[in-house]
Amino acid sequence: MCALHAPTQSLDVTVQEPIVNDFAFSVATKNGSGSQTSNNVLVRTLFDMGIPVNGKNLFPSNIKGLPTWYTIRASKYGYTARRATTEIVVAYNDSTLADDIADLPAGGVCIIRDDIARYAPQRSDIFVYEVPVKQIMKTADVPREFSSRVENMTYVGAVAQLFDIPLDMIYAALLKNFNNKKKPADMNMQVVQLAYDHFRNHVEKRDPYHFAKMNGTAGKILITGNEAGGLGAIFGGVNVVSWYPITPSTSLIDAVNDYRYLRQDPDTGESTLAIVQAEDELAAAGMIVGAGFAGARAMTATSGPGISLMAEFTGLAYFAEIPCVIWDITRMGPSTGLPTRTSQGDILFTHFLGHGDTRQYVLLPASPEEAFEFGWRSFDLAEQLQAPIFVLSDLDLGMNNWMSEPFEYPDQPMQRGKVLDAEALRAFISQHGKWGRYLDVDGDGITYRTLPGTDHPMAAYFARGTGHDEMAVYSERSDVWVQNMERLQRKFETGRSLMPKPIVDKAPEAKIGIISFGTNDPAIHEARDWLAAQGLKTSYLRIRALPLTQEVKDFVFDYDRIYVVENNYDGQLNQIMRIEYPQNMSHVRSLALGDGLPMTAKWIIDNVLEQEGNL
Amino acid sequence: MARQPAVNTLGLTKDDYQGRPTTLCPGCGHNSISNQIVQTAFDLGLPQHKILKMSGIGCSSKSPAYFLGRSHGFNALHGRMPSVVTGALMANHELKVIAVSGDGDTGSIGMGQFKHAIRRNVPFVYIIENNGVYGLTKGQFSATAEEGLDLKYYGKNTFHPIDLALEAIISGATFVARSFSGDKNQVQALMEAAIHHRGIAVLDIISPCVTFNNAPDSHKSFPYGSKNQIPLHEIQVLSPDYVQAQQEITIDEYAEGEMIEVQMHDGTYVRLKKLDKGHDPRSKAQAITILEEAQRENLFITGLIYYEEPRPTLPDTENLVPQALATLPGDKLRPSREALRDVMAKF
Repeated sequence: MCALHAPTQSLDVTVQEPIVNDFAFSVATKNGSGSQTSNNVLVRTLFDMGIPVNGKNLFPSNIKGLPTWYTIRASKYGYTARRATTEIVVAYNDSTLADDIADLPAGGVCIIRDDIARYAPQRSDIFVYEVPVKQIMKTADVPREFSSRVENMTYVGAVAQLFDIPLDMIYAALLKNFNNKKKPADMNMQVVQLAYDHFRNHVEKRDPYHFAKMNGTAGKILITGNEAGGLGAIFGGVNVVSWYPITPSTSLIDAVNDYRYLRQDPDTGESTLAIVQAEDELAAAGMIVGAGFAGARAMTATSGPGISLMAEFTGLAYFAEIPCVIWDITRMGPSTGLPTRTSQGDILFTHFLGHGDTRQYVLLPASPEEAFEFGWRSFDLAEQLQAPIFVLSDLDLGMNNWMSEPFEYPDQPMQRGKVLDAEALRAFISQHGKWGRYLDVDGDGITYRTLPGTDHPMAAYFARGTGHDEMAVYSERSDVWVQNMERLQRKFETGRSLMPKPIVDKAPEAKIGIISFGTNDPAIHEARDWLAAQGLKTSYLRIRALPLTQEVKDFVFDYDRIYVVENNYDGQLNQIMRIEYPQNMSHVRSLALGDGLPMTAKWIIDNVLEQEGNL
Repeated sequence: MARQPAVNTLGLTKDDYQGRPTTLCPGCGHNSISNQIVQTAFDLGLPQHKILKMSGIGCSSKSPAYFLGRSHGFNALHGRMPSVVTGALMANHELKVIAVSGDGDTGSIGMGQFKHAIRRNVPFVYIIENNGVYGLTKGQFSATAEEGLDLKYYGKNTFHPIDLALEAIISGATFVARSFSGDKNQVQALMEAAIHHRGIAVLDIISPCVTFNNAPDSHKSFPYGSKNQIPLHEIQVLSPDYVQAQQEITIDEYAEGEMIEVQMHDGTYVRLKKLDKGHDPRSKAQAITILEEAQRENLFITGLIYYEEPRPTLPDTENLVPQALATLPGDKLRPSREALRDVMAKF
């Protein structure tokens, strides 16, 4: 990525010369109308053309009928953050028409269904193309029952013709979308072709926007974070999955299901992985805690409301020291909040989840590669630390298509942590004189556990949330309690050293540092390039885990000013940093948004400039 | 010289099956049940490392610490024992789970998990030590307390009780029994049958709280239970070999219809000799009718109330590999490098 190419489009300036591979469009449809196929095919085709692209679905909590938008951004510079405004809108929803057209910048393009065109507000400063949807569908040989689902292909044909997308590549994407089933691909393609022909024969192109093949996606894949996380769990050897359906986490479990075949005997179908749909998130948490206690690699996936319900169990697991993995695909707000909008609002709650003194270990993926890596590594960490590991993704990463490097195979064998089988237990006892479940012989706070089923008369222990001594025996003594908490603190410090380190990009002579985590990453990259082009250099540290590692502390005190960029209202990471580093934090400022949408570069740029101007 | 203590088939004494000293009230019904678990496990020669003791929260849920000291145990969360058992059995389906709950733990906070564990047919022994009150919080009514029960601090119970055996049957449990902790022989026989059962086995054992609910007219007190218990049958649990050897004698001994033999999945027989009330536990209609009648007439019936041929258990329906998942080595759990390459090629 070249820092000199400032993203002019974020300033919404109309340019008259041809604009190639550097614009965004928004597709406005009704939920449940089948537009997902059209949108996926468009994104896939652009990706296959070698154009760096993202696709973000802004959808309602609804099965059918409410407005939904899909934004696609193509960027020859490789910027994949969301853009707040788009140059092009596909206006297929009469109920949002007025706003959709009003939001276009001057020089923008509106591709509109002809049967709603008469309701469109008149603007002389935009290009309007009408798609005769009914007429095209009348000509198409499509069975009536599919008609309404396929008619969204008309805008695919229009977009392809107007902006120079090769039809054979659309067809290839359709085949991919339908798992190489020719019949549905052909049916959809027919509609694409008819719309394409209509535009070629009857419509004059006047706008400056074009796509052109380039070499910006070679070797990359296009995948959602939830598919990546589910696949990661499969390669992490997950044994027990228990879950309760909740948006936006459901597709992560669906992915585990889709790739379950990798964990099945091809002849018998017998599996090394059990998947149980629980009656609620309490039970889902209970099942993974039970499974972790008995020695399995167990996980669940949920979102905020489920995390709330899992508080008691994960607090127990922290204290009884039971490995398990909990994915939180974060969505917006408490209660139902905005259930189909993204957020980073669970980081504070999750880090301290559990009553009493609890500090949970949290992984913070920012990309599909990291979702995959943390998908398997979380089990290693859980078993090494004998504790719950939370993986905090969000709706944006989880449910949207992201460009990604292909995933790397795990670089180390599975780490099963300190588990004593009967033989190892005998050796332990002969070395130390005794074994106790919470006896810290290594001084790192991590003790040795045995699993149910271990054939040794001294192997058993009674796990519990009540006060217990080193031998796992019930105790209400204050000194025993405090001693245990001190050991858990030692373990926490060990955990600090085991967690993934932050990604740091230092700019020479920068006086400003940006700290963030997760899916703000693409917006921060873009904002930093833009700011650098304006002469404002910034360094960037992206946190990948809690507890914060030493590198974070070093970074915080290396700069004159630190901006903590996060997608929640309260600035929760900023608060966590203030708990960890109470000293001299006046140079640290919170840039917290929390509007339910993936962050844009423009918001970061505007806020940094405003703060810097006001110094 | 002191007499050598008796040893079982594993060469262990009964003492080897004891847990830590109980901290429950002297005379608590739960201690008696713990003793029967110790006795049954000793008699059957159960290897303790293959047993997992599970519980929720409450007086009853403390008791797994007081039996089978060589078995792993987990005192989990209030009302949530069933989910923890479900997970543990997915991890290791070779374990035999003996789980203890109470009427508060199961009948109130844990009703959902109780029913869903039954729905999934999670194969474990689910003991409810049912005394009608909350003990650790000092004597509130539980959901199983009979209407009109008068308690010291909380006055008169105005609500209709929940019958947990009935709830279990309605939810689809395949083995449902009711007993009285004062009837050691029956508790032991039902415990043994439950251990042999393949599927969820619910034992609703009335287990008096000597501190908060033991007045003679209280339906869950010792005096009441001792006086009013109506056993439906005499229960014997017989190994397959024993039955074969004794078959002719036993059949001649009783008139037709006086004796029911139920063969369990592992070949064990449960022989029920009918007493004054006729009841066939193989009929769901009879089981529901007799429980409804008992509730209406205030009859304290005990015995094997419902038994059904084993349905597939959760580990069966999950179609897991034969080896316990928790003991599989890493190379059996992580697909190959090539597998990842193939998946990546699809994107």
